[in-house]
Amino acid sequence: MDMKKKRNSKDMEPKRKADNTLYRIRVRPLELFLSAFIYGAASLSVFLLLGMIGYIFFKGYGELCPDFFTNATSARHGTVGIGGNLLNTVYLIVISLLIGIPVGVGAAIYLNEYAAQGRLISAVEFAIETLAGIPSILFGMFGMVFFGGVLGLGYSLLNGALTLTLMILSLIVQNTRDALRAVPNSYREGAVGMGAAKWHMIQTVLLPSAAPGILTGIILAVGRIVGESAALLFTAGSAGALPKLGQGVGEDIAELLGKIFESGGTLAIALYLQMQNGEYELAFGIGCVLIFVVLLMNWVISLIGAKKR
Amino acid sequence: MNTGKVKLKKEVNSILCGPRKNNIKESVMEAFFAACAAVTIFVVISMTLYMLINGLPAIRKAGVEEILLRTEWKPTAEEPSYGILNIILTSLIGTLSAIVLGVPIGILTAVFLAECPHKRTAGLVKPAVELLAGIPSVIYGLLGLYLLNPWMYRLERKLFEGSETHRFTGGANLLSAVLVLAIMILPTVINVSETALRAVPSGIREASLGLGASRIQTIFHAVLPAAKSGICTAVVLGVGRAMGEAMAIMMVSGNSVNAPLPFQSVRFLTTALISEMAYAQGTHRQVLFTIGLVLFVFIMMVNILLNYILKKDKESHGYEKEKK
Amino acid sequence: MGGVNSEGFVERVRRAARVFWQSKDFSKKDPSGERENVQKSNAQITCGSRVIAGAAALLIGIMTVPQNPSSMSGSLRLAGSSSMEMMASALAEGFMEQNPHVTVTIEYVGSSAGIEAVLNGSADIGTSSRKLKEEELARGAVENIVAMDGIAICVDPDNRITDLSRRQLADIYTGKLTNWSQLGGEDVPIVVVGHEAGSGTRDAFEEALGIKDRCVYANELNSMGAVKARAALIPGAIGYISFTVLDDSVRAVSLDGVAPSAENVENQSYPLCRPFVMVTNGEISKQNEIVRAWFSYVTGQEVYGGMDRR
Repeated sequence: MDMKKKRNSKDMEPKRKADNTLYRIRVRPLELFLSAFIYGAASLSVFLLLGMIGYIFFKGYGELCPDFFTNATSARHGTVGIGGNLLNTVYLIVISLLIGIPVGVGAAIYLNEYAAQGRLISAVEFAIETLAGIPSILFGMFGMVFFGGVLGLGYSLLNGALTLTLMILSLIVQNTRDALRAVPNSYREGAVGMGAAKWHMIQTVLLPSAAPGILTGIILAVGRIVGESAALLFTAGSAGALPKLGQGVGEDIAELLGKIFESGGTLAIALYLQMQNGEYELAFGIGCVLIFVVLLMNWVISLIGAKKR
Repeated sequence: MNTGKVKLKKEVNSILCGPRKNNIKESVMEAFFAACAAVTIFVVISMTLYMLINGLPAIRKAGVEEILLRTEWKPTAEEPSYGILNIILTSLIGTLSAIVLGVPIGILTAVFLAECPHKRTAGLVKPAVELLAGIPSVIYGLLGLYLLNPWMYRLERKLFEGSETHRFTGGANLLSAVLVLAIMILPTVINVSETALRAVPSGIREASLGLGASRIQTIFHAVLPAAKSGICTAVVLGVGRAMGEAMAIMMVSGNSVNAPLPFQSVRFLTTALISEMAYAQGTHRQVLFTIGLVLFVFIMMVNILLNYILKKDKESHGYEKEKK
Repeated sequence: MGGVNSEGFVERVRRAARVFWQSKDFSKKDPSGERENVQKSNAQITCGSRVIAGAAALLIGIMTVPQNPSSMSGSLRLAGSSSMEMMASALAEGFMEQNPHVTVTIEYVGSSAGIEAVLNGSADIGTSSRKLKEEELARGAVENIVAMDGIAICVDPDNRITDLSRRQLADIYTGKLTNWSQLGGEDVPIVVVGHEAGSGTRDAFEEALGIKDRCVYANELNSMGAVKARAALIPGAIGYISFTVLDDSVRAVSLDGVAPSAENVENQSYPLCRPFVMVTNGEISKQNEIVRAWFSYVTGQEVYGGMDRR
C-alpha cells in the first residue's frame, strides 16, 4: 500500500518536469477551474466542521461547570443541569448493548461461521441492510406502537433501549462480520486441527482476534445511541429527574432498577427540548458535551485502528 | 470462500472429532446463533407488518385519492381533510435539492481525499469528515435554528421587500432545510465515494496518465467513470439519509404544510410525524401512520435500489476476477 | 428599544404572570356540577377560596416542605397538556419531596392524548388545558379544574405595538394583515407563529377568535417554549402562548385594551382564558391513595407566579 503511494507521488514529480521539457505547457482554464473546485469542496468540509465545533464550544463552554453535570434541571429548585439526562443516556447505552451485543455478534457469527450460502443468508443480509437504512423516526414509531403499546411499556427507558437495540443491531452485525471475515482461515483450520470443537474454536480463537473490529462496532453503536433523538422522543420520553438515592442499599438498588420503567430523556433529547424552548445557552452547553463525546469516540476508534495494525 | 467453510464443517464431523452433534453445548450455541440471525429477519418483517397494519386503515377509511393526491391538510377541522401530497412533494423535492447541492461537493471532496498527492493535507480533511459524520442531528438543528434561520430571514426580507402576497416565514423555510440536509449527507457521500475511488485499480490511472492525459482529465474521464457504481451507491445512501432525517430539519423548516417552494414554510414526511404524533387522535393519528408508511415505502425503494446496485457491482467484479 | 416605556411594561407583565389560579374543593364537588359549561366552572373557581398553582417556575420557592415525609410508596403517572408543563412539573417535584417513596412521571403528550391515557389506564391523571368534550365525559372522565390560564399574545421585544383588538388579531392570523405598518407599527412583515394541529392551545385560541381552520401560519411549532423562542428570535413575529411560560424575552400585548394580567384572567375580563384540568377516570374519592394525596397536595398549595426564568 505504502509502496504504491510512494510510487504514485514519484510519478507525479517526473511528470511535471516532463511537462516542462517535452511538451508545451498548456494552461487549460477548465482544469484550473475544476481543481479549484476540488480544493474548494475539501476546504468547505473542513471549514464546516471546524466552524460548527468551534461555534458550539465558543457558545457553550460557559455553561460547563461541575453543577451542570450533577444537577437535574428543576423549576422548583431553580437548578439547571444535565445529571439526570447523563444518567438516562448511560442507562440506554448499557441496556441496549446488553441486548444488542449478544444478538448482533451472534447473528454475525451465524452468518459467517455456520450458515451455508443460500436463501437464509441472503435474507439475513437483506434484513440487516434494510435495518441500516430505516430512518430513526420509523424505529421510534415502531417502538411507540409495539414496545409502548403492545408490550405495555409506555414511555420508559426500557422501551427506548429496546428501540435503540433494533437500530444498533445492523451496526454491530456488520462490523462483527467484517472483523470475522478478516480472520485468516488458517486460524480456524489450526484450531480445528488441534481438535477444538466449533464453538470452542469461535470462543478462543475467532472472537479474540476479531475483538478490535467488534469493539469498533460497539463504539459506533454507542455514538449512535448518544446522538439519537428522533427514535427516543416517543419511546423513552423526556424526563430528566435524578433517582433518589441514599435510603439504604436495598432501596437504592430497587430505585435504580425501577428507573428502567420510567421515562427518561437522553442528552440529545434534552438538547432538542432546550433548543425548542429557546434556552440557547443551555442547548449549546449540552451540545458541547455531545461534541466532546463524539470526539472521544472517534479518538478511541482511531486508537483501536492503530492497534489493529 | 464459503465453500471452504462448508468443507471445514464436514471435516469436523468426519476426520477429527467424530460426531460432534452429540455435544449439547455445541448445538445449543449453534441454535442460539441461528436464533440471533433470525431475530434480524423477524424485526424487519414485524416492522413492515406494523407499518402496514397501522398505515393502511386511514387509506381504507378516507381513500387513496383523498390522502395521497390532495394537498389540503386540515386534520382537526370540522370537516377534516387529510391530503398529504404537499408533504410528500416536500420530502421528494427537499431530498432532491439536497442531493443536487451536496453530492457534487461530496464527490469532489472524495476526489481530493483519494487523489490528493499531498498525504498530509488529506490527513487533515479525512478526520474532519469522520467527525462530521458523528455529529448528532440535533446539533445540526441547533445551528440551523440559531444561525441559519435569522440569516435566511434577512435574505427573505431583501428578496420579498414590498411584496404583498408573500407570507414571511422568519427564515424557517424549505431552503434552510435543504442547506442543512445537504451538509448532513456530505459525510456519507464523501466516505462511500472515497472508498469507491480508492478501489479503482491504479492501472487505470497510470494508463490514462501514460497516454498524456492531465491529472484532472484522468480524474474526470478515467477514475470517476471507473468508480461509477460506488458513487451511485453513495448518492443512493445520501438519498436515504436525507429522506429519513427528522430532528435537524424539524426546527428550521417552519413546519406549515405548503407547496415546496424555496421561501415557503414546509413540512416533510419525517417532521410531520414528529410534530403531530404527540397530540393526534383518531383518524388524524391513523393518517400520520400512513405518512410513516409512505416514508417507509420510499426508504424500502431506496434500499432495494441500493441492493440492486451492490449486487450488480458484485457480479461485474466477480466477472473481472474470473477473467484474471 | 422601541418607544415604549419598557419599565412600566415589564412591571405589567410581571403582574400578568402573577396569575392566581383558584381551585375548588374537589372532595365535595359532584360530577354533574363539573360538567357544566365553562362559565359555571369559572364562577366556581373564582368563588373558591384556595389559590393553588401558578406560573410555576419560581413560585415553588415558597412551598413549604413538610417536616415528616409520608411513608406512602408507589408511582403516579401523569400525561397530557404541554401547556401545563411548568405547573405540573413543579407540583410533581414538590409532591415527591413530600412523599419521598412516590415517583411521579409526567409525559407531555397533549391534552387529548392525556385524557385518552387516563381512560385507557396508561396514566393515573391526565392534564388537559381545555375543558373536556362530551364524549370524554361520557366515557367516565372527570373534570377537576385546578387553575385558570390565559393565552398571551406575544410579539418580539422590539415591536412597538402594545395593543391589538380581537378583530386585528383574527386578521393577522387569517393573513389579511401582513405588515406591522398596517397596524401603526414599523414596516416589518408579520411572521405568524402558532401551534400544530391537534394542540389544545391552538384549538382554544382559534375557537375564541372564531377563526377555526382559517389560520395561515408561517411556522407551526409543537411546544409552548418553541413559539415563545421563535417570537423572541425573529423580528416581526407574533405568537400565542400560555401565561405560564411568558417571560422577558417576549412582550405580551394587551387585547381589546385588557392587559394580560393575573387579575384580568381571574375576573374573566381577559378574552383568552381557559381552564387547566386534571382529569381522573371516575371521582377523585374513588382513586387510589396516591392520587387522592396528589389532589389534596395540589389543592393545598398556595403559590403564585413570578416572571424570572429558571
